[in-house]
Amino acid sequence: MKLNAIENELLKNIADLHKIPSGAVNIRKNGEGIIRHSSANIEVRPKTDKPGIDVIIAPGTKNEAVHIPVLITMSGVVDVVYNTIIIGEGADVTVVAGCGIHNPGSKKSQHDGIHEIIVKKGAKMRYLEKHYGEGEGTGERVLNPQTLVIMEQDSMAEMELVQIKGVDSTVRDTKAKLAEGASLIITERLLTHQNQEAVSDMTIELNGQGSNAKVVSRSVAKDNSKQVFRPIVIARASSKGHVECDSIIMNQGKISSTPAITAEHPDAQLTHEAAIGRIAEEQLLKLMTLGLSEEEAEDVILRGFLQ
Amino acid sequence: MLKLESVYLHLKNGHEDFPILEDINLELENNKFYALTGPNGGGKTSLAKVIMGIYKNDKGRLIFDGEDITNLSITERAKVGISYAFQNPPRFKGMKIKDLLKISADESSLRAMLRAVGLCPQDYLDRECDASLSGGEMKRIELATVLARPSKLVIYDEPEAGVDLWSFENLLQLIRNYHKKGNVTSVVITHHERVLSLADEIILLADGKIAERGSKEKILPLIQKDSRCCWQANCGGNDNEIECY
Ligand SMILES: Nc1ncnc2c1ncn2[C@@H]1O[C@H](COP(=O)(O)OP(=O)(O)OP(=O)(O)O)[C@@H](O)[C@H]1O
Ligand SMILES: [Mg+2]
Repeated sequence: MKLNAIENELLKNIADLHKIPSGAVNIRKNGEGIIRHSSANIEVRPKTDKPGIDVIIAPGTKNEAVHIPVLITMSGVVDVVYNTIIIGEGADVTVVAGCGIHNPGSKKSQHDGIHEIIVKKGAKMRYLEKHYGEGEGTGERVLNPQTLVIMEQDSMAEMELVQIKGVDSTVRDTKAKLAEGASLIITERLLTHQNQEAVSDMTIELNGQGSNAKVVSRSVAKDNSKQVFRPIVIARASSKGHVECDSIIMNQGKISSTPAITAEHPDAQLTHEAAIGRIAEEQLLKLMTLGLSEEEAEDVILRGFLQ
Repeated sequence: MLKLESVYLHLKNGHEDFPILEDINLELENNKFYALTGPNGGGKTSLAKVIMGIYKNDKGRLIFDGEDITNLSITERAKVGISYAFQNPPRFKGMKIKDLLKISADESSLRAMLRAVGLCPQDYLDRECDASLSGGEMKRIELATVLARPSKLVIYDEPEAGVDLWSFENLLQLIRNYHKKGNVTSVVITHHERVLSLADEIILLADGKIAERGSKEKILPLIQKDSRCCWQANCGGNDNEIECY
């Protein structure tokens, strides 16, 4: 199976893939799986009751990655997919998800990715999900990811959720439940422009003793775009949680950020902070003294901020 | 190479208008090494920012290499060869040090640039230029961003501030080497006698005016004689208020 130029471009943008990877992979295009391989330790198989796949990673698998990108290249597609990813005990792996939409026409194209991830006892997962949209058409590009992460005892997860360009509307819903000793870091990066809208809801439950979670969200709203962040951390055990939302607002952009913390255990330690503001003037001035124009300086500052 | 003719600066703070610089007439010669000193709040940083274009003077003209640059933007002044190392360099959340340096240096010289300011490249290239850097580290990086560019006039705003005693001479050496590379006019804003002693000429700025210019032999005794006046600011208070402490 060969991919065309548009498909390759999408893959590059969402998964840094310059060719089809050799290990475990599932590429879904316009609602159908088009490329699927398992590896010795990672099984990728289609679900039988609904659209989507199960990714089963054998216990103890180390230093392997699985790529499960989704591409939409037609106008008027609404693709709903259910994926289950199980990271076996003691495994240490990277999961690269993500979705790219190239909408060439005037109809809405939408992808709703519903993910359930189970990180078994002592396992480690790095999870990357990038969202990207493009296309010459006027049709809307919509991405609504729902992710539930179940973290068993002493598991670790680092999740990077990124939406940098071209997505008109997104409603993300991320939930995580952490057992004893589990540790989770979520970094979210979001840039919206024109009339785009983004809503991000997150609920992190610290259910087990010694669990900890850190959520860092950085975003930029340009033009007339709107963003809403509602991350919540709930501690039900002696645990630690920190939520941080940091946003830059430009032009007529609007951002609402309401990080919340709830403690239901006397030994919970929770903190949150939120900041919204323009690019600091001193930063612009400094870069201009190095010969950049104001626009170039803005660009460099935003790229760094969202890095 | 640089000439300021009757330059005035006012700044607004809320509704109030403060005179910051008054009738500054100053000529700097090519390839000379100047020290600019004076009491806190005297207007040194403001003068540097007027030259860089960060503050717009409300009267007077600036001539650089024979061209009137009064109406040039910061970017344009940077491009004609004016550089300024900030007294309080801003930090950039998320930006890696190497990405900041890349604005003025090419990829191949980044490591050398960091080494020149006494920072180990492997420890710093990928670090963020954010609040986690110490004051002295940030000052060194600021210096690196400026020394990586070609300039004809460099103004260093208290480059030694926050830099440890062990590195002080290296820092001065670095500034002098850049100066000696040729065709550079250097202005070091400083409160440090050792730096004053290196200068071809010292410029004394107080109360927004050029108070004196001249050699170290001429200027240093003036400062020593004057020091009590500066510390006991002229606010009409009672000397006993100070004696209590
Ligand atoms: N934005 C501003 N609004 C009002 N006053 C200002 C503003 N910026 C600076 N000033 C005042 O201008 C005067 C000169 O400040 P400047 O920073 O130029 O002094 P300086 O000579 O560099 O002092 P230092 O030795 O402490 O660095 C000070 O009294 C300062 O409070
Ligand atoms: Mg100053």
